[in-house]
Amino acid sequence: MGKGNVFDLLGPIMVGPSSSHTAGAVRLGAMARKILGEEPIRGTIILHGSFATTGKGHGTNLALVAGLLGMAPDDERISEAPEIAKERGLGFVFETADLGDIHPNSVKFNLLGKNGCNVQVLGSSIGGGTIVIREINDFQVEIRGDYPTLVILHQDLPGVVAQVTLLLATAQINIAHMWVSREKKGAQALMVLETDQLIDDSVLGLLRKLPRIYQALAIEPLE
Amino acid sequence: MRAYEDWVIEAEARGVKISQVVCQNQMEELEQSEQALFQRMSKNLRVMRESVEAGLSGERRSLSGLVGGDAAKVEARWKKGESLTGGLMSSAIARALAVAEVNACMGKIVAAPTAGSCGVLPAVLLTVEKALEVVEHDLVLALFTAAGLGMIIAERASVSGAESGCQAEIGSAAAMAAAAAVELAGGSPSQTADAAAIAMKSMLGLVCDPVAGLVEVPCVKRNATGASIALVAAEMALSGVKSAIPIDEVIDTMGLIGKQMPCALKETAQGGLAVTPTGRRIQADFL
Repeated sequence: MGKGNVFDLLGPIMVGPSSSHTAGAVRLGAMARKILGEEPIRGTIILHGSFATTGKGHGTNLALVAGLLGMAPDDERISEAPEIAKERGLGFVFETADLGDIHPNSVKFNLLGKNGCNVQVLGSSIGGGTIVIREINDFQVEIRGDYPTLVILHQDLPGVVAQVTLLLATAQINIAHMWVSREKKGAQALMVLETDQLIDDSVLGLLRKLPRIYQALAIEPLE
Repeated sequence: MRAYEDWVIEAEARGVKISQVVCQNQMEELEQSEQALFQRMSKNLRVMRESVEAGLSGERRSLSGLVGGDAAKVEARWKKGESLTGGLMSSAIARALAVAEVNACMGKIVAAPTAGSCGVLPAVLLTVEKALEVVEHDLVLALFTAAGLGMIIAERASVSGAESGCQAEIGSAAAMAAAAAVELAGGSPSQTADAAAIAMKSMLGLVCDPVAGLVEVPCVKRNATGASIALVAAEMALSGVKSAIPIDEVIDTMGLIGKQMPCALKETAQGGLAVTPTGRRIQADFL
């Protein structure tokens, strides 16, 4: 039997009407923003399944934009997200599409940041406000936002993973979970590590200087 | 599997409230101090109060336009001295509608246990608070009793409409509120179990059939009827009326009925009120 938590039954504190279609949607937007790593200025938001069909009445569109603006699920400005996006210079369009055999409450973001970063993020709201990020730039991942998370794009060669884990060990950062996937042998690969400790900028700086590392991103856990 | 009856036995043996047993359990399982848990639960209570106030005073409409303003109607009639069922019941009805309306109108609420059933617990607790002049500390404690029972319901059955229908959402909320109300009124731990069992038994089989898939019709009004059932169940239990079927067995039954319930009646908007001629028309107009 798992441990129970009374605050799963009384909570979250959130803006309604739906934990999956509103609170979860805010968290998906917020996670996509963290993965982009900078202020988004343009976004294409592709709705799938129940997000596409019943999203309107649940304020899913508003919630996704609110998340992109960095709001939390209990932010009472969620319903004003489009106006705030305009003020902050975030342009967005919504589309609907069948994104394949995935959870009915799913969305794909295609984001452009103010410094020119571009990222594609696919995620699902899987119940009670819990989310999971399934894809980043077409790489399969599984990020729930419960832990500090490192996302590292690197070359698929022997020893690249080892140098990352060695650096984390030296910094006294413990790895809770880890996934590695690749395009094909020797090509680009993606490493996702969930850690027990926060990854500070100095560690991130060192990671970025390692050979065969193209990009490294540290994502703080969601509130 | 964890059982509410075990907590009743423990509380009665130690001469404490159910909420104190739940608190103790959570200090161990979450590895947090009593003060930290208490603070977090106090915040839930504060947001509940705010959502009641917002719902009673506000004139917001939901995104579909179907919901809004009904809490204020009930409150106004009662304040004019025209309540049919009495002040306690009118207060609970108005507060349950208020919070559920705030939820439908994209206002801030505490999911209790879900967003769709968020009105029942604040309505019952804040009504009992006024009636019995309960102190804040006991009110926060009563939330632990409610949440502890919710935890057991989630473990043994479900609190999700998509999994087990409305009986798992409003039904669970009513059982949680009934147990908390009994504790606030000075009832024994075993009386909280009777109240919870009576409340949940009254809602067994209730389906989740939201019109157009929205958390509006019939969800908002079911929060008010759920609150009334919680108060009726608490009244019986406090009078010494026992539930013939114990709470844990009622919870297991709710879970089983949920499994037997067809998918069309579990939050898919493919059955029940959602497919009535009016329900279909509302859906067509809105989407």
